[in-house]
Amino acid sequence: MNLVNLFGKKTFPHGIHPDEYKTETNAKPTRRLPFAPEIIVHLAQNIGKPAKAIVFKGQSVTRGEIIAEADGFMSVPIHAPVTGIIKEIDIAPNAKGGKEPAIIITTSLDSGQQVPEPDSYNDYQQMSREELIKAVQNIGMVGLGGAAFPTHVKMSVPADRTIHTVLINGCECEPFLTTDHRVMLENIDNLLLGIRIAMKCVAAPKAIIGIEDNKLNVLAAIKPHLPSDGSITIEAVETKYPQGAEKMLAYSLLGIEIPSGGLPSEVGLAVFNVATLAEIGALIPKGQGLIERVITITGDDLEKPGNYLTPIGTPLRYLLDYAGFKGTEAELILGGPMMGMPARSLDVPITKGTGAVLVLDKRATKNDDILPCIKCTQCLQVCPINLNPSELGLLAAKRQYDVMEEKYHLNDCFECGCCSYVCPSNIPLVQYFRIAKVLNRERHLQNG
Amino acid sequence: MAKSDFKIDIRTSPYIRKAPTVAQIMRNVVYALLPLAAYSVYQFGISALALLLATTLSCMATEHFFCWMSGKKSTILDASAAVSGLLLAMTLPPGFPLWMAAIAGFTAIAMGKTLFGGLGFNVFNPALVGRAFVQAAFPVSITTWTPELAVNRFVEFIPSTLALPFMKPAATAEWTAQVAVDGFSGATPLALMKFQGIMTDAYDLFIGNVAGSAGETSSLLILVCGAYLVYKNMLDWRIPAAVIFGTVISAELFYFLDPSKYPSPAFMVFSGGLMFAAVFMASDMVASPVTPLGIFVFGFLVGALTVIIRLFGGLTEAVMYAILFGNAATPIIETYTQPRIYGARKKAKEKS
Ligand code: SF4
Ligand code: SF4
Repeated sequence: MNLVNLFGKKTFPHGIHPDEYKTETNAKPTRRLPFAPEIIVHLAQNIGKPAKAIVFKGQSVTRGEIIAEADGFMSVPIHAPVTGIIKEIDIAPNAKGGKEPAIIITTSLDSGQQVPEPDSYNDYQQMSREELIKAVQNIGMVGLGGAAFPTHVKMSVPADRTIHTVLINGCECEPFLTTDHRVMLENIDNLLLGIRIAMKCVAAPKAIIGIEDNKLNVLAAIKPHLPSDGSITIEAVETKYPQGAEKMLAYSLLGIEIPSGGLPSEVGLAVFNVATLAEIGALIPKGQGLIERVITITGDDLEKPGNYLTPIGTPLRYLLDYAGFKGTEAELILGGPMMGMPARSLDVPITKGTGAVLVLDKRATKNDDILPCIKCTQCLQVCPINLNPSELGLLAAKRQYDVMEEKYHLNDCFECGCCSYVCPSNIPLVQYFRIAKVLNRERHLQNG
Repeated sequence: MAKSDFKIDIRTSPYIRKAPTVAQIMRNVVYALLPLAAYSVYQFGISALALLLATTLSCMATEHFFCWMSGKKSTILDASAAVSGLLLAMTLPPGFPLWMAAIAGFTAIAMGKTLFGGLGFNVFNPALVGRAFVQAAFPVSITTWTPELAVNRFVEFIPSTLALPFMKPAATAEWTAQVAVDGFSGATPLALMKFQGIMTDAYDLFIGNVAGSAGETSSLLILVCGAYLVYKNMLDWRIPAAVIFGTVISAELFYFLDPSKYPSPAFMVFSGGLMFAAVFMASDMVASPVTPLGIFVFGFLVGALTVIIRLFGGLTEAVMYAILFGNAATPIIETYTQPRIYGARKKAKEKS
């Protein structure tokens, strides 16, 4: 069924091989970033509903204490990333270019910044599945791979579905990024504990860690720690973008396709990112909240690129200063160069979903003219979903957004960017598709 | 901290790209065509050179003219007009009058490309449009072949080359008789096959030691130049492969039925510019399908049609028409050959 895998490496059809740019940071151990004097914590840290602030202006908060609580099931609480005083609850710039409600905290720089030790430790084996999933929500866990989808929601598998395998995504296929790589090397015990917790939550007998074969040192480091019963294994897949997309990884490792428009659970899979599970392994026993994460800061004009353990809410301005950014003009990208979001202001803070800050100077931002599609078929040859981006692009230019959706599977496009990457005519295909999706959604809303 | 004069550039993802530009692709096609052009000059002398220059310049001038007319930035630098010009010259007889060649070049760009909206919008391969036009307008000149490797080809034009505009070109028969080494019949291998039942040796065809259009006689050289483009990822090998496959299969069928009446598949593949058309003409990106299955269907169709037109039609240059037909069928082929997407549901979702 999986023909590609019969010949050598485990992989999926299509995709691209961009330059990796990982050597700058992949050998650098994670270091703690100092606390910024001011921390901006957006209430919308996750997909779903934003949290509700439960603190007031002037209140002093201790690092790790809950400052906003979950608003329903599709929401997670937020914990204070620093000890300090609530300066304001106001709107602040977000990565999307707008402004959103946020809790702004003035850091007490002389306070020591200790998270209070818990009174007792939790043993996940003593907890029921429901208790565990609730605990995952209580620590404010979201997918750290970038989507920021509440992890406990993913773990709440519908009763009529059985999960046979948990896939742990350690591919980190985006160029430049080395966060997951460092996490896997440095937090093996936490990662394995997190995997066991996840397996219990979704009641899966088996787990496979998938890494790209450019990180074989991870394979060597983790292998000796794996349980002897074979319930958790680690496998290398081809280094190819977008290997880390769950659809691609499921195919590469198991030859399973996640159905169009469906969830992995439909075919008995649950997919988690390594960083997410490593944090779960670290936080669940202590019952502490997610208040910091590892971020790769890399790109051009930086004196100290590296992997930094960064408090949630740290503004980009502080981060770039600390990493020794010297340029005067650049693009700031939250996430990787293929799917990341552009930051429009230095006041934009890190959120739970931010895995990297990438600085590309103006050399890289040069834009060429957009030419008509010459039907070179390159985009069809790289699209991992096997869509027809050429035709989709032509339809977008004609504003036939409905045809794009109904006949050409627009909604199966997950905006990986492979098509734009290879287009000789420089057509911003992904951007067209994003716009088309938004307009379609609005049209559907209007039509009820 | 806080550089307030710091300028943030904003784009949307992806922020990195790696693709040759359209101009780079077209320039590489030109490079790949140059050895073929050189070979045709070697074979047919200065007439071929003049022919190449005439069509190429005419195509580029036309492209420039229309850009200037519509107040757009001139697109001759993307070299696509040069490609059309070179391709066109190579499908014409070496002694084709230059003024007719210039008209062919003008038609190729004006009717084959600009009329449809320029690069990327053309439905047909522009060079073939130009050729089809002059085929209809000057049926005699376009079927007047002159011998390869004539003795003084580098110092003397083929008499018809320099015909004055709108004048009947000088007859070449006498000249041909003078320069031909051994009994040149004035016919291409295909015509020999079709009208006199003479088969040319497949090896001669492969090497190019035969009469024919300016650039399409040496299959070997065409394959080498095509391979260069495939290596650079600027030519889709699937199209030539499908065309050749389609030709071989259909030729094989007839050959199997009656080997004494129908030519062998090898002859079919290596004669009449099929190789050139398969590698450089059918593979015109814009006018061929983009879907994987569609590419195969298109190629096979072109190959099969070529064989049928050659055997049963009145024209020997069948492959040109086969490709034009394939171009016309491209939108339909595409509609029915959309790729199966990842995770496609077994049953097509019914829209309620
Ligand atoms: S962005 Fe969409 S259309 Fe383009 S390659 Fe990725 S999945 Fe395919
Ligand atoms: S890569 Fe660009 S030019 Fe080529 S077919 Fe796709 S959209 Fe058209």
